[in-house]
Amino acid sequence: MHAATQSTFGVMAEFETPDQFVAALRKTRAAGYTKFDGYSPMPVHGASEAMGLPKNPVGLMVLIGGIVGGLSGFALATYVSVVAYPINIGGRPLFSWPAFIPPIFETTVLFAALTAVFGMLAINGLPLPYHPVWNVPGFARASTDRFFVCIEAADPKFEVASVKSFLSGLGPRSVSEVAA
Amino acid sequence: MASQQQKVQAYQVPWSDPVLGAGHDFESVTAGIGDVVLEQRHPKGWWVGFGIGFILLNVFMMAVTWLFVEGTGIWGVNNPVGWAFAIINFVWWIGIGHAGTLISAILLLLNQDWRTSINRFAEAMTLFAVVCAGLFPVIHTGRPWLAFWLFPFPSTMELWPNFRSPLVWDVFAVATYATVSLLFWFVGLIPDFATLRDRAKSIVPKKIFGILALGWRGSTLHWDRYEEAYLLLAGLSTPLVVSVHSVVSLDFAISLIPGWHATIFPPYFVAGAVYAGFAMVLTIAIPLRIGYNMKDFITDRHLDLMGRVMLATGLFVDYGYATEAFMSWYSANNYETFMMTNRMGGPSGWAYWALILCNFAAIQPLWLKSVRSSATALFIVAMFVNLGMWLERYVIVVTSLQHDYMPSAWGIYYPTMWDVMTFVGTIGLFVTLIFLFIRFLPVISIFEMRTLVPGAELKEGARH
Repeated sequence: MHAATQSTFGVMAEFETPDQFVAALRKTRAAGYTKFDGYSPMPVHGASEAMGLPKNPVGLMVLIGGIVGGLSGFALATYVSVVAYPINIGGRPLFSWPAFIPPIFETTVLFAALTAVFGMLAINGLPLPYHPVWNVPGFARASTDRFFVCIEAADPKFEVASVKSFLSGLGPRSVSEVAA
Repeated sequence: MASQQQKVQAYQVPWSDPVLGAGHDFESVTAGIGDVVLEQRHPKGWWVGFGIGFILLNVFMMAVTWLFVEGTGIWGVNNPVGWAFAIINFVWWIGIGHAGTLISAILLLLNQDWRTSINRFAEAMTLFAVVCAGLFPVIHTGRPWLAFWLFPFPSTMELWPNFRSPLVWDVFAVATYATVSLLFWFVGLIPDFATLRDRAKSIVPKKIFGILALGWRGSTLHWDRYEEAYLLLAGLSTPLVVSVHSVVSLDFAISLIPGWHATIFPPYFVAGAVYAGFAMVLTIAIPLRIGYNMKDFITDRHLDLMGRVMLATGLFVDYGYATEAFMSWYSANNYETFMMTNRMGGPSGWAYWALILCNFAAIQPLWLKSVRSSATALFIVAMFVNLGMWLERYVIVVTSLQHDYMPSAWGIYYPTMWDVMTFVGTIGLFVTLIFLFIRFLPVISIFEMRTLVPGAELKEGARH
């Protein structure tokens, strides 16, 4: 079985409905598998919980991005107005921070939004030109109307025959081995 | 008892209309939207629309070429009206963009599922409207190759922008808005690019959509983070859209010109932007759903709801007009009072009354359900609103500047043909981009439509 593990990414089962899909994810987790993932054409609510995913870090990343953005905007406006190009208009203060609020707000939103998008892509490992799951015949329908569950070879409990029989017991349309 | 039940039913009628036509499944939704891009031959109407847009785009190219050769002297702007078509068109376009953000962001946060079928092209509309808007300040500089001077950067001249100026705030607001709108739109498209990649039969679209999909494979782990990021983008866009039009209004309100110097401006401008934007969404949606047979996706309920939003925001705007008139009297300030009488009865008084006709009288029929449920009637009202909101900016910008304080410094503004060509030309740019978008990208978010398909929601038993 060791030979199989090296040339195999995992074993994948194909389901027709979101209900079967979520049930399969929940049972896979209950059976003690840890390295597995679902594939669905749209976000299926309940799938993350069924898989037992921990809280994702996107919110925290965006918060940090926003704080950095706000501080950067404040630093820029202050540097420009006080240090780089001080303009004396009737003796009014150079550090006129209330006037800096609109640009600070904009840089906060800008940095937070950039963090949300590029941070999300980065932790998802995207862009990615190749992934073994695309080797599965019929996987193209994962972006139309089919739902897939893949138990990966990296799982400590992984063993092709037992995983195949486990997945077959969940009532899938088909079960196939994923070439790495 | 019976009458009470009837009442309840009557109340529920508008909400019981479906947001997705009957009999759809995952495959039919995907094919109905995605195959327009991949397979369906495009109706003759597409070529007509694209052709008109492209001709007008060439008008724009001619107008700006001559502008760059000769300078802004070819426009009608001069003292005292130094801001005219360029800023009117800028505000008009950016306002149109705001409904796209409102639909995609605020309605997402409010869990309004009817947004799903209109958010994609509303976002596209936002993006293209911001492109058109952004051109005006750039070409108005007269030396667009130096437009980067607007941004703060350490130059050899040791010059920096003035952070106390609303015009600099505007640079930050519009640049951020353009960037965030593009990101929001692109992120929403990633899963649909993956669908098109998987469904494309010929190699070129497969490659192009494959690159754009960034390797999206619909992993549950990815969806989890994707949805969080998308929701946060919506949450960020909501205050952003309010801030952008507030900053745009501050370009006026922070000055001392009677007719501009008013604290009502930020909320009044934001409401006007949403109002104008919904009119433009209807202007695009109504022909689109006929031309591409998408009545199942953009249903009568959508039109009804958009009509309601247009009426409500239109009334906010009318409140703004009333407040301006009231404050000019209540301020007991000669210049303010004169501004209002001049606006209503002065040399440009026709524009004010045309504006009241378009933005007050023309929207009143929207109180009637029969008007909101007629696509033709809504389209006509939307056209009035598009015109009315342009006139509003014309009235604010031009009549206020023509006659401000000293009669010896008054003047009258007349646009030249180059002003008109530039404006009409940006409509061409917008139309061209919209038609290219309809041809090459899915106009409705396919993956979000799948979540509306019966069976997409988990059955109660499966949840626990």
